Amino acid sequence: MQASWQSTLRGVCLASGLSLGLWASAHATTPADQLAAYSAQVGAAANPARGQQFFTSKHGKDWACASCHTAVPTVDGKHASTGKVIGPLAPAFNPERFTDTAKTEKWFRRNCNDVVGRECTAGEKADVLAWLTSLKR
Amino acid sequence: MNLFSQSAMRHACLWVLLGSGLALGTAHAQTAGSAQAAAKYRQECAACHIAYPPGMMPAASWQKLMSGLTKHYGADASLDDATVRELSTWLGANAGTYRRVSEEPPQNRITQTAWFLRKHREGEVPADVWKRASVRSASNCMACHAGADKGIFNEDAVRIPK
Repeated sequence: MQASWQSTLRGVCLASGLSLGLWASAHATTPADQLAAYSAQVGAAANPARGQQFFTSKHGKDWACASCHTAVPTVDGKHASTGKVIGPLAPAFNPERFTDTAKTEKWFRRNCNDVVGRECTAGEKADVLAWLTSLKR
Repeated sequence: MNLFSQSAMRHACLWVLLGSGLALGTAHAQTAGSAQAAAKYRQECAACHIAYPPGMMPAASWQKLMSGLTKHYGADASLDDATVRELSTWLGANAGTYRRVSEEPPQNRITQTAWFLRKHREGEVPADVWKRASVRSASNCMACHAGADKGIFNEDAVRIPK
């Protein structure tokens, strides 16, 4: 009984470890690689100053990116409606940021819809990411 | 009704709610699939607010909520189709079945369920509490229930902030 439990447990652990590994390899990336990919889609270099302008401005709706992430997102932000703390968005201050393409795309999709009322263009994403990665300790 | 029996009844209610999934699967024997779905529920939904226990609303309310994630109480909370399916199934399986949870609340809001309104009625929670900067919203469970993010809503541990 004990042995079969252990073997089952080992199987489950192995399987979940394996699937986690596959998941990670399917989406793992770096902020620099994501910036390069967005810039390649546009066919031009990103503009950090334009990214900052985009991030801190409202675009005809109630919220700006900065409403939740703060105007210089090297510090914790706060969800504008729930009040939940949001970790820093700038990668130098939060190494988890922009390391998973699926997660990056999910949040750009949702938040651009809330802030701009549509999905962001690759150019807008590149500019914002260029600005965020320019924020250093 | 004397104090003892009132308190006994509260405890009975608590236990029934716990049994109906309020504790978010902590003490339940779970299959690997449902444990994975529970973890995903926490990962996705608790990114913006606490992982509200599925036992707090009936299955029909969760299904409606999950079919409208692009317009989720003023924000786009959309997920990919596979995740929506996985979480919907899990929420349906762990939704509230207790009598007081069976009625669908307006706008699929936990804070509009009959049991929530009864538990937080004027005699229990003064009306001005909800307007305090430290509370802000009835959906902000953590303001008074410090263990809410772990599925703990024990009345004895409630601390209403100034």
